[in-house]
Amino acid sequence: MHELSIAISIVDLAVKEARAASAASVSEVELDIGMLSGIEYVSLEFGLKAAVRGTLLENTVFRINRIEPLAECQQCKHLFIPTGLFIKCPECSETETFLIRGRELQIKSMLVE
Amino acid sequence: MCDTCGCGTDSHDVKISRPGEEDPVGSIDSNQPGHGRDHSHDHEHSHDHGHSHDHGHSHEHDHPHDHDHHGSSTERRIRVEEDILGQNNLAAERNRGYFEAKGVVVINLMSSPGSGKTTLLEKSIVSIKGKRSMAVIGGDQQTLNDAERIDKAGAPVVQINTGYGCHLDAEMIRMAVKKLDPDNDSVLFIENVGNLVCPSLFELGEQVRVVIISVTEGDDKPLKYPTIFERAGLCIINKTDLLPYVDFSLEKVKSNALTVNPNLRFMELSAKTREGMDQWIEWILSLKPLN
Repeated sequence: MHELSIAISIVDLAVKEARAASAASVSEVELDIGMLSGIEYVSLEFGLKAAVRGTLLENTVFRINRIEPLAECQQCKHLFIPTGLFIKCPECSETETFLIRGRELQIKSMLVE
Repeated sequence: MCDTCGCGTDSHDVKISRPGEEDPVGSIDSNQPGHGRDHSHDHEHSHDHGHSHDHGHSHEHDHPHDHDHHGSSTERRIRVEEDILGQNNLAAERNRGYFEAKGVVVINLMSSPGSGKTTLLEKSIVSIKGKRSMAVIGGDQQTLNDAERIDKAGAPVVQINTGYGCHLDAEMIRMAVKKLDPDNDSVLFIENVGNLVCPSLFELGEQVRVVIISVTEGDDKPLKYPTIFERAGLCIINKTDLLPYVDFSLEKVKSNALTVNPNLRFMELSAKTREGMDQWIEWILSLKPLN
């Protein structure tokens, strides 16, 4: 339930970027949010609705890319899609795995004018 | 969002107080627009618009447009690729710099509500008095209850009331530290909001994270809430005096936690009976600032 805090940070950051780009309006903000980032998508969308009120982004569309996680086993190098954090390798049951992607939490791009 | 200076941190209705100051319960009003109530943050803070953070991205104004999005020809896509928590992380680094300059060792204490954080601190303050300077920043949605207990135990303390907020962030710590003004070479405990989920995402500028789990909680907690255990340096298993009355396995909780964090260190104690407290006190007294 920290999604409201995250939403406010997104709006703050987007407004800052828009100003830096001398943009008068923002029609879209593209977000990369990994499925293992700890962010609940529905809560975030709800939070964004509240966070944009009274800001430059009041009518902005938020496009959220839900990044699917991908992990690599450090033992057998098998690549797999983990269902959570700290999942064992399905091939060799090794616990040491490396998460290649899936925890992103960033503003990817913005469509401005 | 703050109407006066445009920053986002004020929207949590955060209040920072010392014990004995006006109880914030009566004055929180999230419906009030702008700054009807005291605006505790100053305006030369980190949300300046001089775009001071350096990062590798560029604003590409001349890259090829994809014309399938309807709109005027002045519409353009700018690549941002900026971490959303970047602002908080930057504020945390600034806090870190301040702490390093003063030689203050900062511990971020996290756990679910009721695991014994405040009791542990109360007992620790009494044992450490005279040996090392200690201060506390407390975090709760409401009340100064915890701050009053710490104050009674004899340590300087400031309480952050987050209102609807579920975690502390670096900006709140920055404001609290200003009010607290900890001694050089002291140990500063940040008693985070009782919550096993949200605090883990927010860097505060701490040197070490200590997670507390009590024996009444279930030994599979580290598997259910891995993120809070993941980055902790020490795990305290509290309320060991209740072990005879609960189905809690010390071996299981440790092996579960080690799956999530192989470098985690453990201490078993009872803040209430003081059993096992010596190793904890010794640990606090031997903490050195990073540099």
